[in-house]
Amino acid sequence: MIALSDYLILAAGLFMLAVAGIFLNRKNVILLLMCIELMLLAVNMNFVAFSHFLGDMTGQVFVFFILTVAAAEAAIGLAILVVVFRSQQTINVEDLDSLKG
Amino acid sequence: MGFEKFLFYVFATITLVAAGMVITRRNPVHAVLYLVLAFISSAALWILLEAEFLGIVLVLVYVGAVMVLFLFVVMMLDVDIATLRAGFIRYLPIGALIAVVLALEIFLIVGPANFGLQQFPAPAPAAPGVSNTEELGLLLYTLYVYPFEIAAVILLVAIVAAIRLTLRRRSDTKYMDPAQQVRVKKGPDRIRIVKMPSERAAVPAVAASAAPQESTE
Repeated sequence: MIALSDYLILAAGLFMLAVAGIFLNRKNVILLLMCIELMLLAVNMNFVAFSHFLGDMTGQVFVFFILTVAAAEAAIGLAILVVVFRSQQTINVEDLDSLKG
Repeated sequence: MGFEKFLFYVFATITLVAAGMVITRRNPVHAVLYLVLAFISSAALWILLEAEFLGIVLVLVYVGAVMVLFLFVVMMLDVDIATLRAGFIRYLPIGALIAVVLALEIFLIVGPANFGLQQFPAPAPAAPGVSNTEELGLLLYTLYVYPFEIAAVILLVAIVAAIRLTLRRRSDTKYMDPAQQVRVKKGPDRIRIVKMPSERAAVPAVAASAAPQESTE
């Protein structure tokens, strides 16, 4: 049988790869957003696995809401990205320093 | 437990390899496509976990809408990949180190010792008539109907914000407004009568040939 730990380790591996991706591609905003999507996928995987093994549907309801919020986040994030690229002609994080405090 | 475990390992391997490709590919378009692959194989894993509705939602909504949005933006922005990849090798050791430490910490907690089959025995498979979508819907529209409506409002806010952020009026485009065209009146809109003094013809021959036509008007 597939144990709960198998799914948890898979989700941990996904999360680990996403964190590593944020470190490696720290200049590219698009890839940062994609790594955040991967992290959310790992968290959702945990929710679904626990929901299945505990016999509680609430975990799946929570995944539903996470998917909703993640879709909204991706839409607004990409819109901001397009606006930034239009005004700055770059999406390099190091060049986006015009907002000095 | 043969086939189910085999499926799990196949899809888990595909998911992890695709995630690894997402963070290492040079071309962002390839990275998005690998992300799509990771999402689809995760949807297969969720279906293996008897969460059929969420698996289908992941493919339809996430791959069908959000990832396509990513693909649009990646293809639309003309970014210089070389400068964005500049620090890749330099950040590789620290990124790998932190990832490995994080993974070890998580594995220590969630390994088979704490979350194995002894602690969490596998539940019996769902009865043939049980619908995952129906169960989720019953819960969503009764107990969680208020968060459900808040989620709808969040989506509405996202629509309005995304459109408002990216909408711009370009001043150099020429376009027709059909409403104004329809509303044109015969009097001042189409014809403008200009008063000007009559002029004497410069060349008499041309003036003589044109004179009968003018007189008929």
